Amino acid sequence: MHRPRFRWHIAVFLAPAVLVYTAVMIFPLFNTLRLALYSKVDQERVFVGLENFRTLFLDPVWSEPFWNALGNNFWFFIVHMLVQNPIGIALAAILSHPRLRFAALYRSAIFIPTILSFVIVGFAWKLILSPIWGIAPSMLDAVGMKSLFAPWLGKEEYALTTLALISVWQFVGIPMMLIYAALLAIPEEILEAGEVDGITGLSAFWKIKLPLILPSVGIISILTFVGNFNAFDLIYAAQGALAGPDFSTDILGTYMYRTFFGFQLQLGDPHMGSAIASGMFAIILIGVCIYLFGIQTRMRRYQL
Amino acid sequence: MIRNIAKLTLLSSALAATGVMAEDTTLIIESWRNDDLTLWQEKIIPAFEAQHEGIKVNFTPSAPAEYNAALNSKLDAGSAGDLITCRPFDASLALFEAGHLVDLDDMEAMGNFSDVAKSAWQTDDGSASFCVPMASVIHGFIYNKDAFSEVGVEVPATEEEFFAALEKFKQDGNYIPMAMGTNDQWEAATMGYNNIGPNYWKGEEGRRALIAGEQKLTDDMWVAPYATLAKWGAYLGDGYEAQTYPDSQNLFTLGRAAIYPAGSWEISGFNAQAEFEMGVFKPPVQKAGDTCYISDHTDIGIGLNAASENAEAAKTFLAWVGSPEFASIFGNALPGFFPLSKTPVELDDPLAKDFISWRGECESTIRSTYQILSRGTPNLENDTWGASVAAIKGTSTPEELGAKLQEGLDSWYKP
Repeated sequence: MHRPRFRWHIAVFLAPAVLVYTAVMIFPLFNTLRLALYSKVDQERVFVGLENFRTLFLDPVWSEPFWNALGNNFWFFIVHMLVQNPIGIALAAILSHPRLRFAALYRSAIFIPTILSFVIVGFAWKLILSPIWGIAPSMLDAVGMKSLFAPWLGKEEYALTTLALISVWQFVGIPMMLIYAALLAIPEEILEAGEVDGITGLSAFWKIKLPLILPSVGIISILTFVGNFNAFDLIYAAQGALAGPDFSTDILGTYMYRTFFGFQLQLGDPHMGSAIASGMFAIILIGVCIYLFGIQTRMRRYQL
Repeated sequence: MIRNIAKLTLLSSALAATGVMAEDTTLIIESWRNDDLTLWQEKIIPAFEAQHEGIKVNFTPSAPAEYNAALNSKLDAGSAGDLITCRPFDASLALFEAGHLVDLDDMEAMGNFSDVAKSAWQTDDGSASFCVPMASVIHGFIYNKDAFSEVGVEVPATEEEFFAALEKFKQDGNYIPMAMGTNDQWEAATMGYNNIGPNYWKGEEGRRALIAGEQKLTDDMWVAPYATLAKWGAYLGDGYEAQTYPDSQNLFTLGRAAIYPAGSWEISGFNAQAEFEMGVFKPPVQKAGDTCYISDHTDIGIGLNAASENAEAAKTFLAWVGSPEFASIFGNALPGFFPLSKTPVELDDPLAKDFISWRGECESTIRSTYQILSRGTPNLENDTWGASVAAIKGTSTPEELGAKLQEGLDSWYKP
């Protein structure tokens, strides 16, 4: 009788990744959650339990900016879901068309903004849309539609949508690439079988391809969700930490940043900042769980 | 045991360090003024080192936006430099209360500064001063002299003349009457509200009354500046809502705008960029003959790190910073940053000279939101940025803004 031997090599090979991941991800995460339960009173760190969360959700001074930021976050996400992902799928469908010329060129051109830094994107778009030096007003002027131009980034009612669309421009390459890969994985035989049954062109896309790429669409949605609720960089680069005008572009990331690190005369409060960060973590966790347990498990998969 | 050994080693190395000190001490200065690096290296430090043998000074600035966070972590880790450049008011007060800065009241050089100058780096009751005041910045308006003579506009002294001048530029159409945007928000509050406001709330008198709770932000003298700002919107040029701070600077220095609501720190940049002659005028008063009030805001100080091993040498340096000699070097090398010492400093730059001459004609005050009132949540300074922008854009009435600010302040501040 052999007792199953403990397989040391598994532990040894896992160790580096586990250690690094624990040090840079798991430990900071739990430490942040822990930090949210403390407060600073007279230079001393004191355990206050859920007091910070009570302040965050019940004190209007804190809760109003929080709900404002959360609402803005949802709008940011909705714009991505309604604009970025459909366009990404459409681009992928066009790119995968066998008779399209220069497909590789288009693919790279659309994907390139994704690898640009947020700072570059934010700054470039600010210049493009600038009412003073920007090319947007002169381009609109050239086609006689100058009246349509507004200082979009400076108006409460447009700023957030404008930034969301800039972000869409930057990241549309990601859903495009993922869907493109999924579309390429669909075997020719299935499409040919469809053709025999008279399903061609657009209806082939709706009836055969789309159901087959739905799992990828699901993954993209959840990536978009996580990315958007963690967003910070673009808003910070374009509008600064105060997320103007009048907090109309304030999202959870910028709100957390201002609270945690302080801003101008406002001193940083790591404890309230951690409470907001924990709130963001909870929201993302709930969103991902809804997806994993509510949607993904029920999604029908086809063996290709 | 191991700890004790470590302590011993530290102690002996510290002793060794003091032993060496007699030979050569190096002081490290923490600062956010990375723009001034060359000035420190080429002018200030050599001047100091020439007189004080055995002390070497090393100026190590970081980026302004990172300074507070970086400094705090360095201080907590015990790796910060000997001398700390101090932000005004609460940021430095917090450092003092946490024991990172030393009380400097017993230093002779502190006698060279007025109480207003020292107020930015004192405890609320004034019992301890923890930074030597270095410089202040003054608010006013810089204007394009060529544009004024071309369009035939007189330099305004009263508010009525000010708006008449703006209107004339608008009618003329060749120049944007005033270069300011609301995108970055702080200009509206700093170069708008706190620039023109002191004339309404009578400088220190109003500021202190507000802190004492005798005046409210809903009172007329605090609301009226918003009503005046509301009239600015029409003269700021197309799309000012998305115009950033560098946009405004460039518009003015390129000669496309006539007036620039300014802080004196712009002087050196504008001297380098603008190819036309510039002048300055102070915030217009309401009626001719009214006492004028200016915002002469204490902005930079320098203090001693409590953990410094070279405290003696550092104090020597601080004493020198408090001397008229330093004031003269600093004031002339950095036109627009005005030394705070009582001894008047002879400045060479014409714009800087004009700015500083107002100290003799007008009453000085500092920005209304900086002392004590921006300590809680919601932060009054941040709220004032938003309110000033809202006033200029006309999205809220001045009365609504005053009420909202006072409500926010009342929620945490009890005078």
